[in-house]
Amino acid sequence: MPKAFTPKVVTANALLEGDVIYLASDDRWVRRLDEAEIITDEAIAQLRLLDAQARASEAVGVYLADMAPTEDGPQPTHFREEFRATGPSNYHHGKQAAG
Amino acid sequence: MYSYTEFDTAFVAERNRQFRQQVKRRISGALTEDEFKPLRLMNGLYLQLHAYMLRVAIPYGTLNGAQMDQLALLAEKWDKGYGHFTTRQNIQYNWPELRDVPDMLDALAEVGMHAIQTSGNTIRNVTADHFAGAAADEVADPRPVAELLRQWSTDHPEFQFLPRKFKIAVTGAENDRAVIKAHDIGIQVVEHDGEIGYRVLVGGGLGRTPMIGKELAPFVPQEDLLPYVEAVVSVWNLLGRRDNKYKARIKITVHEHGIDEIRERVASRFAETKAAFNGADLALFDEIAAQFAPPAFRNAPTEAFDTAYEADPVFRAWADSNLTAHKAGGYAIAQISLKAHGETPGDATAEQMRVMADLARRFGHDELRITHEQNVVLPHVHKSDLPQIHKILKAHGLATANIGMISDIIACPGMDYCALATARSIPIAQEIATRFDELKIENEIGELKIKISGCINACGHHHVGHIGILGLDRAGVENYQITLGGDATETASLGERTGPGFPAEEVVPAIERIVGAYMDHREGPEESFLQTYRRLGMAPFKLALYGEDTGKRSRAA
Repeated sequence: MPKAFTPKVVTANALLEGDVIYLASDDRWVRRLDEAEIITDEAIAQLRLLDAQARASEAVGVYLADMAPTEDGPQPTHFREEFRATGPSNYHHGKQAAG
Repeated sequence: MYSYTEFDTAFVAERNRQFRQQVKRRISGALTEDEFKPLRLMNGLYLQLHAYMLRVAIPYGTLNGAQMDQLALLAEKWDKGYGHFTTRQNIQYNWPELRDVPDMLDALAEVGMHAIQTSGNTIRNVTADHFAGAAADEVADPRPVAELLRQWSTDHPEFQFLPRKFKIAVTGAENDRAVIKAHDIGIQVVEHDGEIGYRVLVGGGLGRTPMIGKELAPFVPQEDLLPYVEAVVSVWNLLGRRDNKYKARIKITVHEHGIDEIRERVASRFAETKAAFNGADLALFDEIAAQFAPPAFRNAPTEAFDTAYEADPVFRAWADSNLTAHKAGGYAIAQISLKAHGETPGDATAEQMRVMADLARRFGHDELRITHEQNVVLPHVHKSDLPQIHKILKAHGLATANIGMISDIIACPGMDYCALATARSIPIAQEIATRFDELKIENEIGELKIKISGCINACGHHHVGHIGILGLDRAGVENYQITLGGDATETASLGERTGPGFPAEEVVPAIERIVGAYMDHREGPEESFLQTYRRLGMAPFKLALYGEDTGKRSRAA
């Protein structure tokens, strides 16, 4: 049996600021993970990824990140994505400071 | 100190002009990221986890007050008010925005600084002994050679597409404070029968395949140095494994071909490179060396130091741990610790940078150094000024008395910033430092160097830490391997793994058990951790860490 598909979000860094961005369902790049579109279908995920990668003047290093869907929106399944969504742990900088 | 010639100024200005246009073209969409990436890397601009990161070169770790002030300005104007000093004597800014970077580079150029060759497959910023020109034990100041190498390597046409990055370190003393045995090329200034020459090591490096450098030549005369180094890089440029990134560094080339074959190939290539040098390099070396003439040291009484040393225990503790013997009478080398307990190793705020710049100007012949251990040095201070210097440092959170001790930890940025990291380093360093500060046993423990990397690339030098800590991702959880017995000096050695790794919350207790075993087993306070480890080997530490399979933890009588 094929392995169950882990839900994804499309994520990247913003070209100008460098900060972590996510793709929302209305095609906007958003800064907050809870506003990101969670994709549960593999074929759709690939299409969304291709579309996002084409927006090269907005985003750098676009990829699909594993997420768990929850009532509060996508939750990272790996600590790296958790740090990307929050900011560094030594200063109140990055996302956590942006609120 | 070296100051830019018209050529240097024009060269950096032209590069900055080009990069400004490249950024503009990237933003307009005329350049793709694939086209832009090598261009930004050539100018020290990375894209990290949360933001861009600009790595600024501090050649051989030397800078003056005006330069430090400018680093503070960059931190304040285009970053979040601080900078991070690195294990290659550079500074990194963690939060610049792309369109600001050309302005940052122009601001750096105003004080003779740049970010060229701080990234990419080039010859990187040349590092040196941070006590250069001041140390009592040195044969000669290594910085003129480092500067010569910098000029020779900058935009060297043969070396723009090397198999991988290439790092050179130079020391002028037998006591190696520049980790030359863990560099692609390590150079030691030596003297034979009154003649200055260079011992050349090759093939050292850390990373996923750590190796201790091997001696390629015991004595290369001054007139042969550049053609000799050029021959080494040239041989590797042809032999280096471009088929496999992980086998591309010269350490693997030396390992695969053997030092003897490399030596022969270098000798034969040297015959060609030497013929192409016409002596201009020697004239240039003399010009550079003249700029590194020692400052005019003053001859003054040192009673103020002695009085404070007797009267003030806080000053005394700082003097005992942070000062080193200077070659000039009445002077000392003072280290400013960027390792305040619980803070991020190597970070300094803009305000702290300005304080250090000001101290250098007022008391230190306008010189500062950055150490590969992520601290700052006032290399030339008269002892009578030290009480006042200490008072100012204290007022700005810069008087931590812990150089060489357990809380003077090297830590890479780790997964708090770095896109390559597999785990965090900084919080581990913060927790260890905080814990041993609470225990108040740092002084009792004595010299003990902990070095932490957040991935196998080993920017935190964990292989050569007395205690090394390597952060890994084990099935989606941060896990830390511990090594013991590493040494970054002239008696360099690679640490040995203790056994299975530890989850983040168990690292501090593990370090406590290791330190406990050392305290139990050492022959006396004069036997350092490394000496005890070398005498006893891994067994007692393994027992302390993992307990009980082979018997109870024993207390030395």
